[in-house]
Amino acid sequence: MKSVCRRVWGFIVHELSIASRVVELVGEQVCAAGGGRVAAVTLKIGALSCVHEDALRFSFNLVREGTPLADAELRIVTVPVVIWCAACSREVRLPGIQKFACPECGTPSGDIRAGRELDLESIELVDEAPAVEAAKGRMI
Amino acid sequence: MIEPRILEVRTKILKKNDELAREMRERFVRAGVLVVNMVSSPGTGKTAFLKETLSRLVARGEPCAAVVGDLETDNDARRLAESGAPVRQIMTHGLCHLEADMVEKHLEGWNLAAFRYLFIENVGNLVCPTSWDLGESVRLALLSVTEGEDKPLKYPGLFNTADVAAISKIDLAEACDFDRAKALANIEAVRPGMRVFEASSKTLAGLDEWLAYLAERRRALAGDAVPARGRPP
Repeated sequence: MKSVCRRVWGFIVHELSIASRVVELVGEQVCAAGGGRVAAVTLKIGALSCVHEDALRFSFNLVREGTPLADAELRIVTVPVVIWCAACSREVRLPGIQKFACPECGTPSGDIRAGRELDLESIELVDEAPAVEAAKGRMI
Repeated sequence: MIEPRILEVRTKILKKNDELAREMRERFVRAGVLVVNMVSSPGTGKTAFLKETLSRLVARGEPCAAVVGDLETDNDARRLAESGAPVRQIMTHGLCHLEADMVEKHLEGWNLAAFRYLFIENVGNLVCPTSWDLGESVRLALLSVTEGEDKPLKYPGLFNTADVAAISKIDLAEACDFDRAKALANIEAVRPGMRVFEASSKTLAGLDEWLAYLAERRRALAGDAVPARGRPP
């Protein structure tokens, strides 16, 4: 993966490393599930993960060539930061990532409950074998 | 019409790195070595700060070592080696951050238990190193007075993952019209409660406090985090 990165750019973005891991992980999962063509991949990306969506999509397109993900749709679910506010005794969602304080009462909080995600959520697989069978059926 | 199968995976994309980093952290803690991952933008003065830190520790008879990541050249390793501490260079050849396996590979042959402190100087970058755990116990984010007080607001992701921050080149504060209160407020906004050192590698201001902090963190490592049976005799 690192050699791929070096070949692509002189100075690469870390999204390329992340996209490579996604392709690797999905490949493992698809093998374990008995193969198939990947129709879609869903990722969960937290607002604090420092991942730029466009850079990730660009990188994904670079690294998926010749893999079972070649035609897969990349779905990215972005997750806002959620902190625990001790004063309000509840989880609160932050409107941005520049101020880690409760938007309601202003109490600062470093207790982050969501927003760091960098997760592979799900894979949508289409089985190829039955499709071939169906095609054969039509031919007969 | 073939129904697609949905595989609910729910796994971390950087799982392999995270697992290796966790193993490495356990190894470091068992060996009694405090590992510090230093992150900042290029030119903040990480190398100068680390060189002074290593020199002081060496002078005090506290065994320490460092690995330093750069895109190219081993200039930093040579600079750091002047401290007298063992230093290894990781050349990433374009990769914008260090990953746990790169660090692990460069530790081969070192007896970790012989060190009290191990410093990892990351590639100068305020974005990319954020998500890569290197097995450290302390992540230090540096910000120099020449960079502007709003750096933490521009790069909240990285500052938010730090355990401690240092404002470097504090001797230049006046010349740069550095607004100290604003910088501290910005760090506090993105990482409430984080301890901040104000340091100069030239005048050595703040170095003693930083070394005292390291010693305190190392004591905590030995006392709290290490299971008794795992501690070296």
